[in-house]
Amino acid sequence: MRHDHLISAKQLSRDDIEAVLDRAAEIADDPGAVADAREDTLLGLCFFEPSTRTKMSFDTAMKRLGGDTVDMGSVESSSVKKGESLADTVRVIEGYTDAVVLRHPSEGAAKLASEFVDVPVINAGDGAGQHPTQTLLDLHTIRENAGFEDLTIGIMGDLKYGRTVHSLAHALTNFDVSQHFISPESLRLPRSVRFDLHESGAQVREHTEIEEVLETLDVLYVTRIQRERFPDENEYRQVAGQYRIDAEMLEAAKDDLTVMHPLPRVDEIAPDVDDTDHATYFEQAHNGVPVRMALLDEIL
Amino acid sequence: MTETELRVSKIENGTVIDHITGGQALNVLAILGIDGSSGEEVSVGMNVPSDRLGRKDIVKVEGRELSQNEVDVLSLIAPAATINIVRDFDVIEKHRVSRPEAVTGVLSCPNANCITTENEPVESRFEVLEEGVRCAYCDTIIRDSLAAHISVA
Repeated sequence: MRHDHLISAKQLSRDDIEAVLDRAAEIADDPGAVADAREDTLLGLCFFEPSTRTKMSFDTAMKRLGGDTVDMGSVESSSVKKGESLADTVRVIEGYTDAVVLRHPSEGAAKLASEFVDVPVINAGDGAGQHPTQTLLDLHTIRENAGFEDLTIGIMGDLKYGRTVHSLAHALTNFDVSQHFISPESLRLPRSVRFDLHESGAQVREHTEIEEVLETLDVLYVTRIQRERFPDENEYRQVAGQYRIDAEMLEAAKDDLTVMHPLPRVDEIAPDVDDTDHATYFEQAHNGVPVRMALLDEIL
Repeated sequence: MTETELRVSKIENGTVIDHITGGQALNVLAILGIDGSSGEEVSVGMNVPSDRLGRKDIVKVEGRELSQNEVDVLSLIAPAATINIVRDFDVIEKHRVSRPEAVTGVLSCPNANCITTENEPVESRFEVLEEGVRCAYCDTIIRDSLAAHISVA
């Protein structure tokens, strides 16, 4: 993969994706072989909103490659609190590090940052926009568990604001995948994502009930219905329960259904699913390290 | 002399924007930043008969030639418009607007969570689609009421 920056999953071709996933598989098999691969490389971690998995897995990945990280720290303790613009912040950090990983609450933040610096910018989530490195680890998990041939995937939950969903939907257009989107009407995919899927000729269907499609799925990707997105608490209560899966419900699914979730979950996947063979979300989270090691090794 | 020309008087120097989609003249004035407060001499014809459009608007602005940025945005709300540059009462240049690939600094993104709405040193930028425009930063697509998002002064 040869991109200066990784801003959106729309940048990723099938070849790009497979190169990272192949490398991630090699690294997972023999992490010691790359222990010094990025010695002397310093990665800037700029997280303008809270993160556990993404931040820690980038930190771990860089250190496992022999490099190191510097962390901007919380927004409250940074110059952002004094009113510094994002453009200025990243221009300063550019002088300290070899690449910048950026998490920001505003859509388009990574794109803007990339226009002000020469070091690579990696989008680690921009508001409800994109989260392309999550997509790479999602795709790695899908490939390891279900493959990409003749795949039927259901993506359920908050599709409107879910950046992991937007990135995944774009990336899946590179493969022979039928995509089913399951959400309340008020949280269906945004117009821009539907536009791109239509333009790419992707096989896409939208549903409001999981039961309409569950038994056909090879992969079910669940995201959290975000209570804070609903203007009315009653409206949230009406839909939230419809987008919760449990072990009993999954008896109607294929035996080899892979259930994924970008985490954190709240109550959309019942704990009894954890004990089934379907549960793949913790493996998915663990895949963040080898995938981000592969990505950093490719991009830096 | 046609009926339309009688309704809107000739100008000596400036720009005549003809074949504006009927009802869009006030939005054209907004694009040009004309609200009457700075004394420009402007003539407007609205919903006048047109062979080509059925009904059209016309805007004549004395002493002002349009910038490319202004023409680019005009093309989004009045794709059939023609721009006539007038000097000494003669039309010395006449061309149709053409849709650009992108417009910069003239529309504001309606997504309140878009980074371009914050205090950052960038201009808004929109890719022009077959129908509507798309924010180059947050991907938001605007199809309707483009004129409501015009921020050019």
